[in-house]
Amino acid sequence: MSDHAPRPRLARDLYVTQLRIRRFEETVARLFAQGRLPGFVHLSIGQEAVAAGACAALRDDDVITSTHRGHGHCIAKGGHLGRMMAELFGGRDGYCAGLGGSMHIADLERGILGANGIVGAGIPIATGAAYAFQAQGTGRVALAFFGDGAVNEGAFHEGLNLAALWHLPVVYVCEDNGYAELTATDLHTAGPGVAARAAAYGMHAEEVDGTDALAVHDAVARAVECCRAKEGPALVVAHAPRWHGHFEGDPQRYRPMGELEEARRRDPVGRLGHRLLAEGWADESWLTSVTAEVEAEIAAAVAFAERSLPLELEAMLHLAGAEASW
Amino acid sequence: MVTELRYWQAVNRALAEEMERDPRVVLVGEDVGTPGGAFGATRGLRERFGPDRVRDTPISELGIVGLGVGAALAGLRPVVEVMFNDFLTLALDQLANQAAKLRFMTGGRARVPLVVRTLVGAGKGTGPQHGQSLEAWLGHVPGLLVAMPATPADAYHLLRAAIRCDDPVVVLESLRQWNLRGQIADEEPLEVGRAAVRRPGADLTLVSVGGALPRAERACELAAGEGIDVELIDLRWLWPLDWACVESSLRKTGRLVVVHDAVGFLGPGAELAARAAERVALAAPVVRVAPPRTPVPFAPSLEERYFPGAERIVAACRKVMGRSDG
Repeated sequence: MSDHAPRPRLARDLYVTQLRIRRFEETVARLFAQGRLPGFVHLSIGQEAVAAGACAALRDDDVITSTHRGHGHCIAKGGHLGRMMAELFGGRDGYCAGLGGSMHIADLERGILGANGIVGAGIPIATGAAYAFQAQGTGRVALAFFGDGAVNEGAFHEGLNLAALWHLPVVYVCEDNGYAELTATDLHTAGPGVAARAAAYGMHAEEVDGTDALAVHDAVARAVECCRAKEGPALVVAHAPRWHGHFEGDPQRYRPMGELEEARRRDPVGRLGHRLLAEGWADESWLTSVTAEVEAEIAAAVAFAERSLPLELEAMLHLAGAEASW
Repeated sequence: MVTELRYWQAVNRALAEEMERDPRVVLVGEDVGTPGGAFGATRGLRERFGPDRVRDTPISELGIVGLGVGAALAGLRPVVEVMFNDFLTLALDQLANQAAKLRFMTGGRARVPLVVRTLVGAGKGTGPQHGQSLEAWLGHVPGLLVAMPATPADAYHLLRAAIRCDDPVVVLESLRQWNLRGQIADEEPLEVGRAAVRRPGADLTLVSVGGALPRAERACELAAGEGIDVELIDLRWLWPLDWACVESSLRKTGRLVVVHDAVGFLGPGAELAARAAERVALAAPVVRVAPPRTPVPFAPSLEERYFPGAERIVAACRKVMGRSDG
């Protein structure tokens, strides 16, 4: 594209990241439905703009903690698609050598301190990384992704209190998709909303439309700026509806009529695509070519994963430093 | 050089020396900074190393252990203090699901050099919620190391070894031994998972876990007076378990008595007894000396009888020797 001004370039980058997440997860959904992936998978389709926008506001040496719904965060922070997919297959070339699975993808070199199977657990961990960055005086920032279901965990309150008390450089990004697992927000969260909780800790907070990647980016960039100026921490609440169930296979009988259709109308990927065209930041041929590129990346990731064998039990024991006979 | 210190002073000295040696070592916990620790173990350290490295925290056990996990992932070597091991129950997610599993879950790529120091209050009138010995809970979680220093020298050496270890270690310090004086030699090797033979003997092997050691030593003297020559092993680490030390003693004596302050049912003695039964041709059934499966009682007369005393240990020694008055 001819337009290299920062805003159009950012918008195009965000579009590609979102598309990469969307295609990755659509592929995961298909593979899971075919019975080719063991265990559970939790998809973030519909929430791609949060991961893409937030991670685009970070430096490479900043770190994130993620959630059980974490593929998007890991992709947006630069995770290797093949190693992610191999992990979902349980292959030895996966990020966790097939020992963790979808909920534990981590890449310390890219600042991904880990997805997490425990709701809210990444909040104190990101807070601890931020404490390290403050003590080291490096100017790095930690960012914790978590869902609206996590805000009723003690970890949320303990983490935010500590971070506010010590002015730690940590950004808390709450992805409010309206459901804590299978339970709607009005059944699990008291008070005027998550953002209001930041005020109790004297913390800067902002709410943003989580289907608008540029808006998420801007809100998180402001929060990151606060942190780098030693005025952290900050909370960003991004509202974005979940399209799929809590886990793949969840029939979502608990969702009211019309809600999913409404969610799809707020498609963050399609929305940014329209904006790119409307602003003249990209044209149809660019959209077509990046779509083809992303699809090729995903196909390569699946091919890589399919070739990856699981570890032998003996290798696993060796890796864990365990005695085979305990 | 040999110095005489009290148990808590040995902890303090180990912390000071490790902080001096390695700028990545930081102390985090309730009361550790300005107050110098609830029982004095961190006295003077905030003044010496500054508030960035010695931090008072809120009463947020989950938050601060999680903070330690994140700080460890981000390059520090945190020592988190949780006042009593009973309070670890509040932090178990971060300890058991996060710290213990990250190395495994990342296929060996992430290490969590975290130390959690905590007290066993057994025998000090601390009652049901401050007097438990939960080492078996911790030892049951793959990925955690569990140290139980019973002497001032071990309070010093085991803590230093724990701080230098790249994996998470819970150090269960003994309030019962807190003011005990002992000789500390500088040049002892820093080994993880090495038991100590405290007294050589020929007739039976007595394994003592953690704070039971002085009672076990007294029992050895009493038994010697009755013509029973006890070999006393101080386990020092529940994990890694120095089974080789126990087994080589058993091959000599063929008789095993285990004593600990944890509840007998599924306690450390159960594992030792099982291993002995599986791997050694014993001359007599194993005898365990441990509290009954009830909470720790408060009344001094009950507490006195609840925890194993020297007389009960001697009775167990007689029993394993086949003496009729055992």
